[in-house]
Amino acid sequence: MQTKKITSKRASQSVFFILFRLMSYLVVGILFCIIGFIVIRGIGVINWEFLSTAPRDGMTKGGIFPAIIGTCYLVIGSMIVAFPIGVMSGIYMNEYATNKQIVRVIRVMTNNLGGIPSIVFGLFGMSLFVNRLHFGDSILAGSFTLGLLALPLIIRVTEEALKSIPDTYRQGSLALGATKLRTIRSVVLPAAFPNIMTGLILSIGRVSGETAPILFTCAAYFLPHLPTSIFDQAMALPYHLYVIATSGTDLEATRPMAYGTALVLIVIVLIMNLLANVIRRRFSK
Amino acid sequence: MFKKKNNRFGETIVEWIFRLSGGATTLAILLISIFLFTEGWGLFKSSTVEKGYVLCVNRSNKIKNLSPKQIKEIFDGNITSWKEVGGENIPIVPIRMDDIMAKYTDEEIGANYEHLPEKLSEAVVNSKGALAFFPEQFITIQFQGRVLPAQNITPKEYFGGKEWFPTATPAAQFGVLPLILGTLWVSIAAILLAVPFGLAVAIYLSEIANGKVRKIVKPLIELLAGIPSVVYGFFGLIVIVPLVRSIFHLPVGETAFAGALVLAIMALPTIITVAEDAMRTTPRAMKESSLALGATHWQTIYKVVIPYASSGIMAAIVLGIGRAIGETMAVLMVTGNAAIIPHTLLEPVRTIPATIAAELGESAVGSVQYQALFMLGAILFVMTLGISIWAEIIRKEPRLE
Repeated sequence: MQTKKITSKRASQSVFFILFRLMSYLVVGILFCIIGFIVIRGIGVINWEFLSTAPRDGMTKGGIFPAIIGTCYLVIGSMIVAFPIGVMSGIYMNEYATNKQIVRVIRVMTNNLGGIPSIVFGLFGMSLFVNRLHFGDSILAGSFTLGLLALPLIIRVTEEALKSIPDTYRQGSLALGATKLRTIRSVVLPAAFPNIMTGLILSIGRVSGETAPILFTCAAYFLPHLPTSIFDQAMALPYHLYVIATSGTDLEATRPMAYGTALVLIVIVLIMNLLANVIRRRFSK
Repeated sequence: MFKKKNNRFGETIVEWIFRLSGGATTLAILLISIFLFTEGWGLFKSSTVEKGYVLCVNRSNKIKNLSPKQIKEIFDGNITSWKEVGGENIPIVPIRMDDIMAKYTDEEIGANYEHLPEKLSEAVVNSKGALAFFPEQFITIQFQGRVLPAQNITPKEYFGGKEWFPTATPAAQFGVLPLILGTLWVSIAAILLAVPFGLAVAIYLSEIANGKVRKIVKPLIELLAGIPSVVYGFFGLIVIVPLVRSIFHLPVGETAFAGALVLAIMALPTIITVAEDAMRTTPRAMKESSLALGATHWQTIYKVVIPYASSGIMAAIVLGIGRAIGETMAVLMVTGNAAIIPHTLLEPVRTIPATIAAELGESAVGSVQYQALFMLGAILFVMTLGISIWAEIIRKEPRLE
C-alpha cells in the first residue's frame, strides 16, 4: 500500500516533469525558429552594397543605408535627451531623496511610464513636439519621443547600479572630508559606471527597434538624400521593415530586402546584449 | 573661506538639478495624460455631421435630432420611414448633393451655382419626407426647409457605438466597442496561450533544469524580449498567417488567432523571466523542509514554490497582458484590421493601437477623426495605467507563509 502510493507520487512527478521539459523545448524551439528563419533567409541578402547604398527601383534593389543612418541619428538624439536626465533621476532617488514616500511615488510613476504602450508615446510626441512645439516631423521630435520611452529603463538601471555600491565607500569618502557631491562624482559614480553603461546599451537596443513612436513624429517612407539637420525627417530601420513588408507595389520582389532589414535589426539587438554582458562581466570582478 | 561658500552654492544648485530630474517621469505621465485628454476631448464638442454640411428636413417634419447611427442607417437605406426614428409614418427621402446635380442641367443650376440654393430649397419643400445633406454655404435666407440643429457627438455614442467608420459621410461613425473588443479578444487569447507555456518554462528553468542549461537558456530568453515587435510582426506575416489560413481553410489568414499567436510568442519572454525570478526567491529552507517531510520534488514545487511565488507569477501574467494590449506593430501586420465586432477568433479584427497606427497618418490635425484617435489613445493609456498599478499592488502583497 505504502509503496504503491509512493510509486504513484513518483509517476505523477515524472509525467509532469517530462511535460514541462517538452513544453520548454517547444518554446525555446519556436523562439529559435524565428531567429533561425530570419537569419537563414536574410544572410544571403547582406553584403556591402546592401549596407552602404540607398534603396532603388521601388525598394526592390539597393540597400538600407539611409535607414541605418536615420536610426543612428535617432539613437544618438534620444540618448542625449534621456541619458543625463535618467542618470540624474537615479542619483536623486538613491543618493538624495530622504522622504520614502516621494521615492515610492517616483518609482511607481517610473514603472507606469515603462508600461505605457509605444503608440501612446507616438500620439503624445505628435501632439506636443510635432504640433504644439512646431518641431514638425523631424529627428528632433522623434528623439524626444524615443527618449521619453527609454527614460524608465535608464532610471531603473541607474538606481540598481547605485544601490549595489556599498555604503562603506560613501562613508569613507565623507570621512575624508569630501562633500556629498564630490563623493558621488569621484567615488559612487565611477564604481557604478559599468552597470550604468549596460543600461545605456540596453536602451539603445530598445530604441533602435521601436516603430510606433516614430510613425508620426519622424519616420519617412523614402528620402532621396540623407537628413542634413535635426529638423529633417529621417528613414529608420524598423519603419523601413514595416513599409517594405506591408505596402510595396511588388511584395514578392521586396521580400529579400525585408529579410535583410529584419536580420540587421536582430543583429543590432544581439550586439547590444552581448556588449552589455561583456561590460557587466569585465567590471563585476 | 570664499571658495568653500562658492562650493556649497554649487552643490545646492546641482542638488536641485537632481531633484528636478527626479520629477521627470511624473511630469511625463502628467503631460501625456493632459495632452491625450485635451486633444481627445474636442471630439465631444464636434458636430456629428461632417464639417461644413447641414442636414435639412421639410418644415412639416417634427423630428428634433438624429444620432450619427440613425443618419448612417438612413443614407445606407436601412431605415426607410420617419416612424423608426420617432417621427410620422412617412417614407424617408434621402437627398444628397449628387442627386440635385444629376437632376438639373448645368444651365438650370447656373455657371456659378447661383440658382443652386433655390433648387435645394425646392427639393426639400416638394418632398414631405425629405432628409437632405447639403453644404452649409448654399443654405440662404430664402431656404424654405428646416435645418436640423447641430448635434455634438456624445460620450455614450462613442463608448457604446458598435461601428467604426471614421470617414463615412454624412455622419462618421465613432463607436469604439469593436476596437475595445478586438483588443481584448486578441490579448486574452494570447495570454491564455502564453501562460501555460510560460509557467512551464519558468518551472523547468528554476526547478528542474540543471544550472548549466539555465545559465545558457535564461539570457537567451531575455535576449528575445529585446527583439523589435516589427520583426515579430514580419515573421507572423510570412509564416504564421499562411499557416493559420491553411490549417483552418480560411479565405484570409489575417485573423485574431494569428494575432494572438504572435502576441503569445512576444509575451513569453516577459512572463518566463518575471515568473522564474519570483520562483527563485523561494527560500531554500522552505523547499528542504518540504522534501524532508517526504514530499516529492513535484509536490514541493506545487505546494511550496508556486504558492510562495504566486504574487510574482500573477505579476508576470498581468505584465504580459499589459504588453499584449499595447502592442502595435505586430498586431497591425497580422490581424487584418477589420473594424467589426468579432464573433470567432478566426475573423479579422482591429485593435486600438493598430487603429491609431493605421489612421492617424491620414487624418488632418485637429479633425474629428484626429480627436477620436486621441481619445482612443486616452482609453489605451488608462487601460495600461490600471494594469501597471494592478501589477504593482500584486507585487506588494504579503507573501503566503
